[in-house]
Parts: sequence; structure tokens; C-alpha cells
Amino acid sequence: MQKQECIAMLLAGGQGSRLGVLTKSLAKPAVPYGGKYRIIDFPLSNCVNSGIDTVGVLTQYQPLELNDYLGNGQPWDLDRVNGGVHILSPYQQMKGTEWYKGTANAIYQNIHFIERYDPEYVLILSGDHIYKMDYAKMLDFHKQTQADCTIAMLEVPWEEASRFGLMITGEDYRIREFEEKPKHPRSNQASMGVYVFTWSKLRRYLLDDEANAASSNDFGKDLLPAMHRAGERLFAYPFDGYWKDVGTIDSLWEANLDLLNPKVDLDLSDPDWKIYSRNPASPPHFLAESAVVQNSMIAAGCVVEGLVDFSILFAQVTVEHGAIVRDSILMPGAVVKTGACVQYAIVAENAVIDAGASVGERPESAADLDQWGVSVVGAGVRVAPGAKVPAKAMIERDVPAAKEG
Amino acid sequence: MRANNILGILYSNSYDASLPELTALRTMGSVPFGGRYRMIDFPLSNMVGSGIGKVGVITKTNYRSLMDHLALGNPWDLSRKNEGMVLLPPFAEAGAGGNQTRMEGLRGASEFLRHSKEEYVIMSDCNVVCNLDYRALFRCHVQSGADLTIAFRRGPAPKLETMRLSLDGGEYPRVTQIRLSGAAEADTAYSLNIFILRKSLLERLIQEAAGRGDADFEREVIRPRLQSLRVHGAEVTDYARVIDSLQSYYDISMELLDPASRQAFFHPGRPIFTKVQDDMPTIYGLGSSVRNCLVADGCQIDGVAENCILSRGVRIEKGARARGCILMQGTYVGADTKLDCVITDKKVFLSSHKTLAGDPKFPVYLGKNIAI
Repeated sequence: MQKQECIAMLLAGGQGSRLGVLTKSLAKPAVPYGGKYRIIDFPLSNCVNSGIDTVGVLTQYQPLELNDYLGNGQPWDLDRVNGGVHILSPYQQMKGTEWYKGTANAIYQNIHFIERYDPEYVLILSGDHIYKMDYAKMLDFHKQTQADCTIAMLEVPWEEASRFGLMITGEDYRIREFEEKPKHPRSNQASMGVYVFTWSKLRRYLLDDEANAASSNDFGKDLLPAMHRAGERLFAYPFDGYWKDVGTIDSLWEANLDLLNPKVDLDLSDPDWKIYSRNPASPPHFLAESAVVQNSMIAAGCVVEGLVDFSILFAQVTVEHGAIVRDSILMPGAVVKTGACVQYAIVAENAVIDAGASVGERPESAADLDQWGVSVVGAGVRVAPGAKVPAKAMIERDVPAAKEG
Repeated sequence: MRANNILGILYSNSYDASLPELTALRTMGSVPFGGRYRMIDFPLSNMVGSGIGKVGVITKTNYRSLMDHLALGNPWDLSRKNEGMVLLPPFAEAGAGGNQTRMEGLRGASEFLRHSKEEYVIMSDCNVVCNLDYRALFRCHVQSGADLTIAFRRGPAPKLETMRLSLDGGEYPRVTQIRLSGAAEADTAYSLNIFILRKSLLERLIQEAAGRGDADFEREVIRPRLQSLRVHGAEVTDYARVIDSLQSYYDISMELLDPASRQAFFHPGRPIFTKVQDDMPTIYGLGSSVRNCLVADGCQIDGVAENCILSRGVRIEKGARARGCILMQGTYVGADTKLDCVITDKKVFLSSHKTLAGDPKFPVYLGKNIAI
């Protein structure tokens, strides 16, 4: 293998259990986003656009769909002779078989993969976030500060700070202290889960971490604090731009609809920073004579005869005559039949909302706002004619027709 | 290992002259159609969908845009180590002018033919909008015992110098007579210029034609051999439309707004593949109104569109209105501009407060990069 200055390792093994039925049979990085993308398209496209063309993707939970999706990496221009995309799953070894125990352990188990490229730096990414970022600039910062580890940092609103791993930095951006989800935050500088390491340093700390039986083998909990205690040079790299963790139903729903908000700084149409994705061959979408569509994003292959407002329609979605879709996300192949009504909902792939059925509720009409939330209909689920799916419900199995009387 | 025993040959420049507006800068094969396609996508996808794994594309002139579109053939799964897609640019011998006719094009491709191992050849033009299973035509060819099979359709013949066939009444009708022009009769059997024959026969015909200086495939190669060869017709009843003028380009495009045509054309089991552009999905703004339109990815619509075909990356600003238009890739329609029955080529820029109107029977065409 030819030497590479920097390679990326993308942690894509997470289940994303807070997404419930949406990650029942696929890993979180494979969850559809933004009409034609999947979450993993963002870190992969960022890599390619930043000039990083060797990416190890670490998979563990439900890898089939993710592996299929990545294929040989061609849609991201990552089918390379030297480098490209590599899927790295846990494997059997002489001394036994181990799952990836934690984020640091996952990298530890693939040290030999990294060493094939003899890199100076390793970029650690996760498949959980929607953002556009030039990693090359971060790498320059890492070199300039002669850091051992650089952590991408975003200023978050103070009232939300306690949900994040926080960093307290000096004026030179050197990290003084870490705080993991503190009740009373002393900083609003949150870690984005994007790290650049000098490989020789990271390698040593991975070996130490593995030797420490008390460690949970996690970057945030174990490895970074250990580096900090030992006095290594840890720096925060300030990022300002759109960044969103889509780990929950609410945040996934919001992040999708952010695309319709002209005030949100996430432009997917920038020809100089394209987000690449793998897509099936579909014809252009068709809006019928009866269609009423506003404030929405519609992907290829859709047929719309009904009303669509403030919604995202993925490829090959059908909204029949008289159907109403508002404030919702319809994933590929979803069907909303005549007279059905979908509001404040996420309808997963190939689900069918039959005639006259209703899914979700508007917050204005909810009796108790604390019980209100976005409804989710799982992949392939059929909601029978006239059936009603309440607000905040998460539907995994077919819903039978409403009983008479 | 070959998927089947048929080699595909496409003519990218056929009938360029019938559509001078759109082919001024490109081949017939790279004429945009249906919001996101190029004309060559149809025969090429048909071939791939029918299990053909090797296709030669014969080019004559202006084929830069075609090369850009086809590249290595990835979207059609034709970027192969063995077989796959091969671009066949003009092969000019000293003093010769390149591929002017179908026969000259084939002569230039004779090396490609000689090195292909397939037993049969299927040849097609790029001016037919169709979604066909060529395997059905091939079965006809084999069962009829024909030497040459010509796919045909019944109806008013296109206004082109294309073959009108007289057929006998058999189950697999034999061609008894060929006319190359004639009045538009309602029930003419006209050729779709999709031909099937053995590669060995094609090579023989190319050689004989070269020896005698015959250049015209229909007039000088097929017609004189109706006795010596068994030439049969295979009727196509699936969706297929021949483009013979800007007017028919407009009419056939508009047919895609009809649900029945769309269903026949965008057959779910026979996808049409095209180059991937990685545009984001289309965004409809607040106050937009779009009805009866076919819309590709990457558009931003804030105005009104009715009965239109909108290609990738079209922008319609607030207060603008397009009716009965075909707006190609990257067309910009400024605020309060009104368009009726206008065809815009790629990257046409219409500033605000303009009015342009054609008629469904006489659409206005604006060439590539025109700014008003």
C-alpha cells in the first residue's frame, strides 16, 4: 500500500436505539435523510470533498443494508486503486472472538488496517450527524498547533449544553478540561465527535487503553481523558455551520424539515460541496392536476395527487388524490392512499397508509402537550383503511381497521 | 461468460437533421428528453434490460456531449472488464470524410465487429422514445427463421426518410416491398430502425457494400435483397414514438404528462438508466403552484408551472409562470416572467418581467445559453 498522510475511520456500528423502529433492521448511519440521502453520505462526502480518499467504515449492528449501500464506494468516488472505502466488521482471531467493545476498541481492533497506509494522522468520524465540514482545514489546524489530538468543537446554546460532552479551552483553543454532560455546564463548547489524532500518539494510547481492564474502551470516557491527564496537547477546533445529531425521532424530524427553512445554513445544492449518495434509477417526479404542493422537498419517482405541505418526500412516494400530508417525512416507497391524512409523522420505507386512515396529530389539537410527539410508522407496515395512529405512537406491526361502532 | 449472444450497435447521430435546433451542438443521442434523460438512454437501457452486455456506439459528429454523458458506461452497468460499452468514433481512412451514412459507420466499426464473439447483432437509432424488451423481438427473429428482422409499428409514418413496409399476412410477416417516402397514411407499417441479424450476415453485407460503393443501408443494401434474403417484420405494440421534428419532440414530451403513457414508458420492471448528477431533491417554496408537471431533481420552484416538463436544476422565481413549456437543465425564469409553449435548451436565462409565447402547434425554441 502507498503511504497516506491522513486516513479516516468512520464509526458506523451504532444501533441508534433511540430511533426505535427506524433502526430495527438497519444501522443508524443507513437511516434515510433529506429526500435522497442517508446519514452516512455526509461524513463520506465530507471526506471526499476534503481530499481524504481512504475511509475505513466500522460496522457491527445490522450491517446488511449499510454494506449494500456502500458497495464499492463508487457513488462517493471512493472506488480507488489505493485506498477507497473499506468495510471493517468484527472478526474472529486466534485468541478468540470479540465484538467491538467501545469506540476506542473498534479502532484498536483495526490497527493493522491503519498501519497498511502508514499514516501521519487519523481522522475519527461517526455516522450520526448531519453537517458539511472541510476536514482538510481541521487537519491544517492540527498541524499548526502541533497537537496530539484535535477535537471539532461547536458552540451550542447554553440551555442545551448539558446534553453534550463539553470542553473548557484557553484562548489558544488548548483544552483545559472535559465535562461529560454536566448538570451545570461551565462551557457551551460541545464536542462534535470529530477527532484528528497524530497516529503515533493514538496508537500508543489505544494499546494502553486496551491493557487497562477497568476501561470501557470509549474515546470520550477513557482515551481522551487519559491523554489529557498525561499532559498531551489536546486542542479544540472551532466550527461554525450547521451540525445536528439525528439520534432521536424529534431531532431526525427537525433536521429533515430544516432543509425547508431558508434561514438554516445547510445548502445541499452547492456544486462545490456536493453530497453524494447511491440512488435507484427513478423517473422524474410527477405532480398531477389535483396536486397542491408547497414548502416541500420532493425526490425522484414520486407521484403526488393530493396535498403536501411542509414535508419531505423521498424517492418513489405516492400521495393519492384527496390525501393530506403535512409536517411529515415520507421515506422511500411510502404510500398514502385516498383520503388518508398524515401529520407530524415519519413514515418509513414502503409503509402503506390506507384510504381514510390517519397518522399523527397537530400539536394545536393535542389534549395534553406532554403526551404529544411525532408519530412513527415502521418500514413495510400497513395502516388499514380508516385506522388511526395517535400522536407519539411508534408502530412496528400492521394496524387493523378501526372497529365498527 | 456472456449474458446472451447478442451484440448491440447504436447510431448516435441518426436523423440529426430532423431536429436541427437541438442537434446543432450535439448528437441525436445526447438530446435531452423527459426531464432527466438523453435520447440514447432509451435504446441503451433497453439493451441492458434485455440482457445485452456489449454495446458499440457509432458516432459521427458533435459527440463531445455524448462522451460526457456516457463516460465509461457506469450508470448502465456497462463499465466492464470484458464486454461493456465501446464508443466508436469515426474511423477515417486517408482522404475519407468519416462516417457519413449507416454503412460507412458500420464499415468503421468492422474491427469491433470482427473481434466480438456474439452470434447476433441488434442495431438501433437514438430518435425513438421507447421502453422495449428486445428479447421479444429476438424471439420473433429466431422463430420466423428470418435473415433480417425489422421492428415496425403501425400508424401514420414519421416525416422522415424511413422505411414503409409492405408485409404478407403470415404470423411472422415477411417484408415484400419497401418504400422510403410517402404520404402520412393512418395505417402504415413503418420501420423503427431496430434491426436484428446474424453478425456473419452483417459482415458480409458490409463487405459487399464496400466493394460496390453502396452507402445507403435501406435503399441500396436491404431493398435489392428482399428476394435473396428473408426479411421479416416484428410488430411493436409497446410504447414507442419516433421524433421527426421539433414539433414531434414537443408533442411526445407532453405525452409524458398523460398517466397511461407514463406508465407504459416508465415501466417499473424495465428502468431507464441515465447519468447520475447528485442534485438535491426539488424544493417547492411557499406560494408555489405546480400542476400536471414532470419535474426532475435539483429544481427550486417558487412560482407557477402548469403542464410542463422541468429538467434538473430549473429555477422558477416568485410571480413567474410557465405553461406548456419544456425547460431544460439549469433554465432560470426570473420573477414575473410569463412563458407559454416555450422550449428552452440548457442554461437559458430569462430575466424578470419578460413574456414569451408560442403555441402548442408552434413551440418557441431558445438555444443553449441564451440570455434574455
